[in-house]
Amino acid sequence: MGLLSDPVRRRALARLVLRLNAPLCVLSYLAGIAWFLALAFPPLTQRTYMSENAMGSTMVEEQFAGGDRARAFARDFAAHRRKSGALPVAWLERTMRSVGLEVYTQSFSRKLPFPDETHERYMVSGTNVYGILRAPRAASTESLVLTVPCGSDSTNSQAVGLLLALAAHFRGQIYWAKDIIFLVTEYDLLGTEAWLEAYHDVNVTGMQSSPLQGRAGAIQAAVALELSSDMVTSLDVAVEGLNGQLPNLDLLNLFQTFCQKGGLLCTLQGKLQPQDWTSLDGPLQGLQMLLLMVLRQASGRPHGSHGLFLRYRVEALTLRGINSFRQYKYDLVAVGKALEGMFRKLNHLLERLHQSFFLYLLPALSRFVSIGLYMPAAGFLLLVLGLKALELWMQLHEAGVGLEEPRGSPGPSAQGVGLASLVAPLLISQAMGLALYVLPVLGQHVAAQHFPVAEAEAVVLTLLAIYAAGLALPHNTHRVVSTQAPDRGWMALKLVALIYLALQLGCIALTNFSLGFLLAATMVPTAALAKPHGSRTLYAALLVLTSPAATLFGSLFLWRELQEAPLSLAEGWQLFLAALAQGVLEHHTYGALLFPLLSLGLYPCWLLFWNVLFWK
Amino acid sequence: MAAAMPLALFVLQLLGPGGWCLAEPQRDSLREELVITPLPSGDVAATFQFRTRWDSELQREGDTDHYFLRYAVLPREVVCTENLTPWKKLLPCSSKAGLSVLLKADRLFHTSYHSQAVHIRPVCRNARCTSISWELRQTLSVVFDAFITGQGKKDWSLFRMFSRTLTEPCPLASESRVYVDITNYNQDNETLEVNPPPTTTYQDVILGTRKTYAIYDLLDTATINNSRNLNIQLKWKRPAENEFPPVPFLHAQRYVSGYGLQKGELSTLLYNTHPYRAFPVLLLDTVPWYLRLYVHTLTITSKGKDNKPSYIHYQPAQDRLQPHLLEMLIQLPANSVTKVSIQFERALLKWTEYTPDPNHGFYVSPSVLSALVPSMVAAKPVDWEESPLFNSLFPVSDGSNYFVRLYTEPLLVNLPTPDFSMPYNVICLTCTVVAVCYGSFYNLLTRTFHIEEPRTGGLAKRLANLIRRIRGVPLL
Repeated sequence: MGLLSDPVRRRALARLVLRLNAPLCVLSYLAGIAWFLALAFPPLTQRTYMSENAMGSTMVEEQFAGGDRARAFARDFAAHRRKSGALPVAWLERTMRSVGLEVYTQSFSRKLPFPDETHERYMVSGTNVYGILRAPRAASTESLVLTVPCGSDSTNSQAVGLLLALAAHFRGQIYWAKDIIFLVTEYDLLGTEAWLEAYHDVNVTGMQSSPLQGRAGAIQAAVALELSSDMVTSLDVAVEGLNGQLPNLDLLNLFQTFCQKGGLLCTLQGKLQPQDWTSLDGPLQGLQMLLLMVLRQASGRPHGSHGLFLRYRVEALTLRGINSFRQYKYDLVAVGKALEGMFRKLNHLLERLHQSFFLYLLPALSRFVSIGLYMPAAGFLLLVLGLKALELWMQLHEAGVGLEEPRGSPGPSAQGVGLASLVAPLLISQAMGLALYVLPVLGQHVAAQHFPVAEAEAVVLTLLAIYAAGLALPHNTHRVVSTQAPDRGWMALKLVALIYLALQLGCIALTNFSLGFLLAATMVPTAALAKPHGSRTLYAALLVLTSPAATLFGSLFLWRELQEAPLSLAEGWQLFLAALAQGVLEHHTYGALLFPLLSLGLYPCWLLFWNVLFWK
Repeated sequence: MAAAMPLALFVLQLLGPGGWCLAEPQRDSLREELVITPLPSGDVAATFQFRTRWDSELQREGDTDHYFLRYAVLPREVVCTENLTPWKKLLPCSSKAGLSVLLKADRLFHTSYHSQAVHIRPVCRNARCTSISWELRQTLSVVFDAFITGQGKKDWSLFRMFSRTLTEPCPLASESRVYVDITNYNQDNETLEVNPPPTTTYQDVILGTRKTYAIYDLLDTATINNSRNLNIQLKWKRPAENEFPPVPFLHAQRYVSGYGLQKGELSTLLYNTHPYRAFPVLLLDTVPWYLRLYVHTLTITSKGKDNKPSYIHYQPAQDRLQPHLLEMLIQLPANSVTKVSIQFERALLKWTEYTPDPNHGFYVSPSVLSALVPSMVAAKPVDWEESPLFNSLFPVSDGSNYFVRLYTEPLLVNLPTPDFSMPYNVICLTCTVVAVCYGSFYNLLTRTFHIEEPRTGGLAKRLANLIRRIRGVPLL
């Protein structure tokens, strides 16, 4: 419709954008941050409510009373595990069979791309054991999963005990309409991933595993359980899954309903719920929890084995029993009753959980912020990039107009920018990104041979080396292809970089708001400021401080600060290195996307701004 | 729901009169029997069979024309009490006398397995088949679960199973018997004790294994004793350790693989556990049209090698008219697992075509496997009229193998589903888009362009033009 719009009025608008650009940008950025901070306050947070009819009004009476049985199972399990030093597969099989389940095992093996130093794993081979409770007279079309991930250390035996006691109790009931799968996995998340891949008969991560013998139709929901003591003071719930995916909010509501019914103390992010939302205290606590959730979601790691179920569209969450120094404690019966209640209500489901929100933020267990309310925060931040890009486009346009003809159409002037000069920096920064993605894992053996480091260290150090080398490399290249007008060169490059960044951040914010927002909040200001004039050292320092790696580093500090366990710089550095290794590993073992996203998308984009800064 | 019969379980058989009914049947007869099979796991299976035959006036023209064979499935439906009541009404003695007094709904649905069937077929009345009778065969199989119904105990009696005992035979029945499987699982000694002790036993080869049955004939007055009821009790002599019934030679499993809402794969695993005999299986798959099958992705592998089916019949689906039909004859090697998989794409339905509960998923009917399974023990051909009814559930063709038809589990597949709570938003968005498009197009089409001369002359020029117009001279 450009033909019909009034050019005079458009020019006026353009002039306004150009003249007020800086204040508009600042305003927009501040509005974005302020909006985000305001999310924890009542008009923007709402109370959660159960949307699913099938789980709402129906009353359930919990009858689980197998506390002693659970403890006995747990003791036996722990003893057998200590004796064999691994998951006591035969014992589990026998016990599951004795409580009346259909038992199967699955063996899997995986060679990690490089040794995992935090979990002390490299060549992994284990066995998952699962028992299926077949719903009477049903055709095994739907199922629910209760899973306990068992790591290499001897934790979680109480969870296995409770799982077996619950299985025994569930087996005697007539009302089940869906099959229930009781799954005990070895090597916690690796086992879960192997089982899920085999269940869905896909191979996403290069896991070698034996095919499953028994299946139970489409899995509707899953609950992962982690318990390491006979008594618990509180139950912590984790929702953040792989790549920041979240389960349907109704599942969390369900958990909360049974927390309230059983009088259990339930926490989110390991923190108690703020009670008083009318004064300033509650929302401030809520903000703290909101930030914790944003950091956890942005990391894209599965926080518990439930996180891996989400990829297969299985709503899942992890319950963790916490045993702290609080006076009042609950025994396994209370936890078992909550689980029984949840499973009975999930058993009532007619459709998959779909009624409630899939995209939300939680400032407390009973409060949430829906996507419609938190998206503007990211929108305002991205608007800065848009405004800056508009300004650059107009400047380029006017410069072009000035050169060629006094009253031309807007089309041809863009060619005057010299797009050829942009090809080299773009290609080089993308190549750096590719190197960052491929080389550390590929060259770990070479590095380990030539330098006195282990493979895992080699990967991390190569990662950092390539990252730093990227800073030195590209800004020297433009001289070769430099064009006639130096100013227009960097402006065009910055324009492209701004649009590239805005697109990437927009896409990320849509799928994983937390990550998108964190990156936007850090990268946007310096991206908008970057130019090859003024005090370059200041700009360079700013740019380095807001690079993706620095954001990760800062996030670690913020994370520990919010958890009230502040880090020293040295600890922080160690944690940072570990986080890098974990990030790469999780990409290879579970398919987490944060590492490729940063290395192939945001790092090259950030290099472009670095390039702009050192344009000559 | 009430009228919808679960067709998956009510198999209507319209077979020709050839088959295995050679002897002349009796006129208007009823035979009823109950087979009780205790399993070492502690569960117990009970199968009722009622066969009614009558000389009918139903017309039949020539042989069954195979072009008119129909197969239909409603995988969504589950059998419940409302299916049992009309089924019971078909019995000559209803549930008043004979074996059918045991058919108490609340017990039959307190089981872990329930299957109900009706078979109808014509049978020849004489060797030359000049006139026919009709046969109505009703079967009901249930499995009582030691964990749910038995509360952990493995000893059963008729009363514990059905909360009834047998008191009298159905007066219309020509045969009314209870068979109890007392086959020894261990060779050394008896494992199962039956009370009251049976008067006669019966031995036969069922599903390829030799079985021994204790027989209680209700028409025999001695069976129903002085207290005028028969309560058969089963007692395991030794506490049966957790041993499993032998795995059947042919079994199958079906599942959907893949994730996401675009593509998927239907996989069927066919197990042949026979140690040394291979046998062919006829696999019949009907898949709804909204799963668009990619036939070129059909792969059949057994023991890691490609298995080429000896016969394939494929009839592609037509949208909204007919489902895919895929029929294959596959040779299953001995002691192997054969995987049949085919990829599909999930179609997007019209918004009125979704069921009221679209997020539940859409059902895909079970595959049907038909096979002649080789038996371990050679069975002698028997006279169908003389032998028990359960014998003909798995008919033996030539003594070395028996016929089995298996149904795999139905599948639940999620299709891409629109958010049905969104119509309002959709309407708003559509209206906005239409308004914007319409406005600008209207603008584009109706606006006219003229070149406006800058007004320079002012009043004098206008006056001059006025005069010129009057004079008919071109304007300035």
